[in-house]
Amino acid sequence: MKPPPENRRTARRLRARMRLVPGLAAVGALALISSACGADSDPFESGGGETGTVVIGSQQYYSNTLIAEVYAQVLEDAGLTVQRDFEIGQREVYAAELENGNIDVFPEYAGSLLQYFDPESQARTAEEIRDGLEQALPEGLAALRESEATDQNAMVVTAEFAQEHGLTSIGDLADLDDLVVGSTPEFETRPYGPEGLREVYGVEVQLQTIDDSGGPLTVKALEDGDIDVAANIFTASPAIAAEDLVVLEDPESLVPPENVVPIVSEALDADARAALEEVSAALTQEELLELNTRSVDEQAAPEVIAGEWVEEQGLVG
Amino acid sequence: MSYPAEALDLLLDPAVWGGADGLGARTLEHLGYSLLAVGLSAAIALPLGFAVGHFGRGRNVVVASSGVVRALPTLGLLTLVALFTGLGLLAPMVALVVLAVPSVLAGAYAGIESVDPRTVDAARAQGMSRWQVLTTVQIPLGLPLIVGGIRLATLQVVGTAILAAYVGAGGLGAPLFLGLRTYDYPLLLAASAVVILLALVLDLAFEIAQRLLRRLPGLR
Repeated sequence: MKPPPENRRTARRLRARMRLVPGLAAVGALALISSACGADSDPFESGGGETGTVVIGSQQYYSNTLIAEVYAQVLEDAGLTVQRDFEIGQREVYAAELENGNIDVFPEYAGSLLQYFDPESQARTAEEIRDGLEQALPEGLAALRESEATDQNAMVVTAEFAQEHGLTSIGDLADLDDLVVGSTPEFETRPYGPEGLREVYGVEVQLQTIDDSGGPLTVKALEDGDIDVAANIFTASPAIAAEDLVVLEDPESLVPPENVVPIVSEALDADARAALEEVSAALTQEELLELNTRSVDEQAAPEVIAGEWVEEQGLVG
Repeated sequence: MSYPAEALDLLLDPAVWGGADGLGARTLEHLGYSLLAVGLSAAIALPLGFAVGHFGRGRNVVVASSGVVRALPTLGLLTLVALFTGLGLLAPMVALVVLAVPSVLAGAYAGIESVDPRTVDAARAQGMSRWQVLTTVQIPLGLPLIVGGIRLATLQVVGTAILAAYVGAGGLGAPLFLGLRTYDYPLLLAASAVVILLALVLDLAFEIAQRLLRRLPGLR
């Protein structure tokens, strides 16, 4: 058994907070002496640099933590000291920590991150989202090169159902009547919900709510035929390969692409950035699925899975 | 405007209550599920509890096993059952009945046991059969505790029946989870308030019923 993670996490977070204290003192000191000398040192410059510690955060989501662990090992290999501040709830919780510089590196998902910082954004394609992110990211944060892998809501059907009705893309669903889509209740209110499906693809659906976030209940409902399409199984879910499911193509980008993208503090140095961008290049959809599948099937610790993967990919050493 | 004020506004808006997905329909569903679950658990637990209380046997087994059942997390049980039964009402109903049975059971055997043994002996001495002793002496005299068990179970079930929405069976959990997931806190608060209100109303109904029972002749 591991020691209770809460304690370690609290301790780590406290330490993360403490780092702010000298920073604030520095701001005060600088304010006092700024007239005397050109104040060009950045009190928050703790990320990057050979001497500083890089704080890496992750969402409370196993796949995100796995990617964060990959980042951590690659940065350690590049000679940096890394502090792992993993499993920090959802975006509403950790975004502030990112903005005020308490976290230096975070694996993020492009589409919803853009929505978070710019709720008005109309960006649909991966390119538009990248451009939008550059505009919308707060001062002090930068988005590095995103990986090809996405982890996002998708319209998923069983292989059998796809074959029976000749489905490859979401638009093919338009010919079917009485379609039941299973998803979490918020699907009703999402831009890619029933209304979006009707407007963009001419697909009429009825929502059957299932609240297990694309877990085993959703998969069972698909197999039982209780629902025809699942809208809450993510593109990086191991269930897709394991249960022989098909992700319907989304040529109109109804669901904004959620490419995995490293969000870093501006202070992070060039070598570290290059190392993270190498990870992005190596992280294809297949590789992300492989990582997630191993995590779910083997229940191995993220350090182990990430460690083997970075070796395999030649990202360390 | 603050969340509670917005929630109140929502509750006062007739449009929110109407329709197949409206709060009104959801409240009725919720009430229906709760009553069904309590009814089913009463049908299971009352006879068992009466038997245990009357014969004074198997008490340890019942206490131990209902203690174990109480420790089951309802959401886990619901998910587990739903993996076999699929979507719909069956899985939440099983989970809610399992939740309610220990309370009803405890009330039932404690009610029977609470009757003074001398009263029971007197009834036997008058030539009553075991069945007559149980139905005309022990159950009526133990009624306050028996009803108390059902009352407790009802409260637990009304609060927990929001989980029906987890497998798409509706109830007040539907607006509650929707509010939770979309950060629509007024909706979340409004749905929670209706659950609380429902619980209070049912509890009040039990309070009145228990008081009326006490006024019945021979039930003091």
